Amino acid sequence: MTRQVLKRLAGMVVVLLLVCLFTYVIFFVLSPDPAVQICGKNCTPAKIDQIRDNLGLNRPFWAQFWTFLSGLFVGRTYGEGIQCSAPCLGYSFQSSQSVTSMMVQRFPVSLTVAVGAAVLWLLAGLVSGLIGAINEGKFIDRFISGLTFAGMSIPNYVLALVLQFVLVVTLRWLPFPQAVAFGDDPVQWFLNFLMPWIVLAVGYAASYTRLTRANVIEALQENYVRTARSKGLRPSVVWRRHALRPALTPIVTIFGMDFAGLLGGAVITETVFGLNGIGKMASDAITKNDQPVIMGVTLLAAFLVVVGNMVVDLVYTAIDPRVRIGASA
Amino acid sequence: MTNSQRDQTLDQPADRPMLSVRDLTVAFPTAKATNEVVHHLSFDLPPGGALGIVGESGSGKSMTSLAIMNLLPPGATRSGSIVFRDTELTALREPAMRTVRGSRIAMIFQDPLSCLNPYYTVGDQIAEAYRAHRHGVSRRQAHRVAIESMERVHIRDAARRVNYYPHQFSGGMRQRVMIAMALSMEPELIIADEPTTALDVTVQAQILGLLTEIRENTGAGLILITHDLAVVSETTDQIIVMRHGDLVESGPVEQIFSEPRADYTRMLLDAVPRIDDAIDDMRTLPSSAAHETPTEGARL
Ligand SMILES: Nc1ncnc2c1ncn2[C@@H]1O[C@H](COP(=O)(O)OP(=O)(O)OP(=O)(O)O)[C@@H](O)[C@H]1O
Ligand SMILES: [Mg+2]
Repeated sequence: MTRQVLKRLAGMVVVLLLVCLFTYVIFFVLSPDPAVQICGKNCTPAKIDQIRDNLGLNRPFWAQFWTFLSGLFVGRTYGEGIQCSAPCLGYSFQSSQSVTSMMVQRFPVSLTVAVGAAVLWLLAGLVSGLIGAINEGKFIDRFISGLTFAGMSIPNYVLALVLQFVLVVTLRWLPFPQAVAFGDDPVQWFLNFLMPWIVLAVGYAASYTRLTRANVIEALQENYVRTARSKGLRPSVVWRRHALRPALTPIVTIFGMDFAGLLGGAVITETVFGLNGIGKMASDAITKNDQPVIMGVTLLAAFLVVVGNMVVDLVYTAIDPRVRIGASA
Repeated sequence: MTNSQRDQTLDQPADRPMLSVRDLTVAFPTAKATNEVVHHLSFDLPPGGALGIVGESGSGKSMTSLAIMNLLPPGATRSGSIVFRDTELTALREPAMRTVRGSRIAMIFQDPLSCLNPYYTVGDQIAEAYRAHRHGVSRRQAHRVAIESMERVHIRDAARRVNYYPHQFSGGMRQRVMIAMALSMEPELIIADEPTTALDVTVQAQILGLLTEIRENTGAGLILITHDLAVVSETTDQIIVMRHGDLVESGPVEQIFSEPRADYTRMLLDAVPRIDDAIDDMRTLPSSAAHETPTEGARL
């Protein structure tokens, strides 16, 4: 077990190093000269040279990459005296803020969006998938299937606009969104996040419904479900313990990846609702070609996916007794 | 519980069967035709008796047993009468049938690996059956019952192995766990559908011996389903032979083995190795004909 974990950790480090390398190549070698960008309108060749010098752009590629990499772990110094402490991802070309501190500031928003949406879509997906499976072919099952089809095909931004129009403007069930801290007004805070949660959750809920339905239908064919029935267990117990439980194992895997992906920012949802999360930061940076920010966000997303993958592997081991405990008896 | 049941059994007239199946028909209706897989089947099981249902694959043996439990696959219909201890099972609604399942009639299936849920310990799965029928039983009590049941089927070190998952057992041990699960409820009737088919020969003999032992100790009735006549010869006293959903022949084991009437039965008998040994074994077995006078068995 420990050996396995160590092996995975080693693999993870290698993958992350490669991700760093590729990201670095793409952003700092292949894209337009950042020095020209930073320099702005009244630029002179001398000024550009100075910026290039400050950023270390005149040095060989591997030396630059090494500085960047060590910056992540021990920090680095730009030009004379600008100390960037670890993990250093450089400074935004736009705001001159440290990318790391920008991400630290915005991460809680993305986390809130992801957690709330995940709770919603897991609840909706598991419950409606289970209901569909045990009523296979009946009206309620077809109705749910229709809903999932709609949920999967409607684009996020359309749903967001429709919801805003209906819930806020027409029905006035929800107040107009205002940025408030949780501590100041928990109710307003909750209502603010409600729409982003729903919008983000709908697509996932639809695919989790399908997944759960398919897995539960498969599990219901298993011989052990027949055994459970032959013991005289109530249908609710048979469904929950003997059909849903085995169906959850593959769902956990997919959930881990989906959730990890969302922690790196929900670009469309955050942008549409004006939430200052990682996703919005990424989309702002992309429109302005703010390379250090784009790179920081990319690395964060890659990091989360790789870590998420490992967590999923470990959880998978823990939830399947056949994997967790060998056949030795 | 078991004692009072046995007393009742003794009080009952000898010709009053514990289970009486009449004109049982199982069909899979489709838009075009109705495919009958069990056809007007009738048989009786005397109290505490052991009945073997024999027939080649697809003859409708499993459908018969699932029809008794009302656990037929979706799409199947059943008609006829199934009277178990004065209760017409076909008239019971699902909640009432659930109180019969597991608690009064228990089932043991083939392939114990796929029949046990891989996600729960065997103890959990035994305790779960017990708690479903005994209201207000604590987890701890049910756990103890699970251990006791495992000890009754001679699983050594049961207190530790109760926490094992199915995959940690060998095939024979898993089938013992299935039997322990059936036993935990002290059922009046055990239906075993090919309980030894997935096991190798020595283990087969052990499991059959165990079923006989349980029958002697608890007085429970047994329906043993198999395609192998050698299996029933040592374990049951009555046999019915099925083919394509029809009853071909029925009677006491000795009679079927010594004077088979149907060609089909003779063919099945030819497939049994060393029949004479089997009959000898059966004759020397103290259990056969121990508790009841031979009845006319299945009436057609
Ligand atoms: N879900 C189903 N739909 C249609 N026909 C079925 C279905 N399940 C079983 N049958 C048919 O019912 C018949 C009897 O099946 P059954 O399982 O009772 O046979 P069996 O005697 O138990 O055979 P085996 O020794 O293979 O277990 C078979 O011909 C089979 O094709
Ligand atoms: Mg069968």
